[in-house]
Amino acid sequence: MKKILGKIGTHSILILVSILSIFPFLWLISTSLKGAGENIFAYPPVLIPQDFTLENYAGVWNRVNLLGYFINSMIVAAGTVILNLILSSLAAYPLARMEFRGKKITFFAILATIMIPFQAIMLPVYLITIKLHLIDTVNNTAGYIGLIMPFAVSAFGIFLMRQAFLGIPREMEEAAIVDGCNVFQIFWRVLLPMVKPSLAVLAIFTFIGSWGEFLWPSIVLTKESLYTLPVGVNNLQGMFSSNWRFIAAGSIISIIPIIIFFLAMQKYFISGENEGAVKG
Amino acid sequence: MFKYYGKYVPYLFLLPAVLLLVVFFFIPFFQTIVLSFQDYSNDIYNASYVGLQNYIELFKNPIFYKVLLNTFIYLIVAVPILATIPLFLAVLLNQQIRGITLYKILIYLPVIVSIVVAAIAFKWLYADQGILNYVCQSLGFPSIGWLTDPKWAIYSVIIVTIWKGIGYYMMIYLAALMSVPKELYEACDIDGANFLTKHLNVTVPYIMPTIALVVTISSISAMKVFAEIYVMTKGGPLNSSKTIVYYIYERAFENLDLGYASAMAVVLLIIVMIFSLINILCFERNKYRL
Repeated sequence: MKKILGKIGTHSILILVSILSIFPFLWLISTSLKGAGENIFAYPPVLIPQDFTLENYAGVWNRVNLLGYFINSMIVAAGTVILNLILSSLAAYPLARMEFRGKKITFFAILATIMIPFQAIMLPVYLITIKLHLIDTVNNTAGYIGLIMPFAVSAFGIFLMRQAFLGIPREMEEAAIVDGCNVFQIFWRVLLPMVKPSLAVLAIFTFIGSWGEFLWPSIVLTKESLYTLPVGVNNLQGMFSSNWRFIAAGSIISIIPIIIFFLAMQKYFISGENEGAVKG
Repeated sequence: MFKYYGKYVPYLFLLPAVLLLVVFFFIPFFQTIVLSFQDYSNDIYNASYVGLQNYIELFKNPIFYKVLLNTFIYLIVAVPILATIPLFLAVLLNQQIRGITLYKILIYLPVIVSIVVAAIAFKWLYADQGILNYVCQSLGFPSIGWLTDPKWAIYSVIIVTIWKGIGYYMMIYLAALMSVPKELYEACDIDGANFLTKHLNVTVPYIMPTIALVVTISSISAMKVFAEIYVMTKGGPLNSSKTIVYYIYERAFENLDLGYASAMAVVLLIIVMIFSLINILCFERNKYRL
């Protein structure tokens, strides 16, 4: 009896928290589906649209280049992920497997960057990006590169990959050397395939971070045609001042891709095995 | 094992990453410090060295104390909640019950979705004639100016940060709970301990390092909050929801007061670096194998 009561209690709490977690989205969806004939400020509020319509979606889709924002976000996120995978594993390999002068100091210098919050150094980062002409006023390609470069490598990624390399038995390299591999072949053909799970974790978390990034793009971007989704969605507020039906529809469209990604990759997020892989 | 690589090979592998870290971390780090001793307010292209003047002005500025206080409020409200509620939820989810995956997905959803959309969704809930005020009224309370009343604005923003963080910290706790030996709970059950005493006496002491980890990382992220404030209040009304990061942004990119913003950035750097150092030295040693 006590056990059953406990289970009911557990489920009621979890159901309540689940509803609280998704309610803001549900309310946004509800608003986005309400037609002009329905008061969205009605008291009491109505969750199920009475004057159901998809017009708000069509309206915001026609007026705002949401597809363009999506493509921009894809370019930036893909570039950030690829560079992180390559640069982190390149840097991690010698830190895990080689002896060389200055190894300790390199290690601690990289570790030190973890302590520097981007928010505190964003101003000089901006000035440097302008100096390097990596800004959208030069041309679109420069704009994309400027969005990517400050996040193209992170200490987090380097240490994640270093951990992965440290876990590979030395015999693997020895066997490869006997087989006549040089250092680059060892890295590319032997070691890298063995750390695929860590590469996947790094790719997924870098992708999520890059996809949601708001501060940096809102600082550097000047052209609407280069807006990423978060910047573009924030901009909806200004465009449609108090047309909450449109703002809601645009916001909902913007989160569909990431929700699909999340559901497809859910085991990486909710299996509980990647505790060490999450960013602080 | 013999050295199978040339003398310069390690440096070759490190070069691209180190180069980027130097350009986008170390140079900006030192430039922030240099800028904080300069004044750009008269001529943006010609800085003059002004010594500690930016810092002196900063510590005379009442808004600076206001944003420090707001950042502090952010910490003391958000951190205890983010350290406890996710733990409680993780304990509930660490049982054999139905629907566990669905619960995890739903509770983790806010973590995945862009903070901008989250902030917009909450702005809509907080609207003057919005659904939250309807709830207030039907419970017999007066409507609240969630984002327009200086008394409430910062708490309304904090709620969004908490709402978005719960699933994230819950997953960290869940991973830690998996390592608690089952025998300890069995001993409790034999003694007839109830839910609360069982977890206070077994779970909490056992995963204390994880709790401390969550406290430090949630503190660090609370100090870095930006998007919520930018989307919902722009720091207002009357600076009531302005935190230090937002104020740096405003002074640097809206007022173009580079020196002054940098002096503030140095203050932020010092505070965050202390927390990060504690985090690395105490809780994440294993991750870096120090």
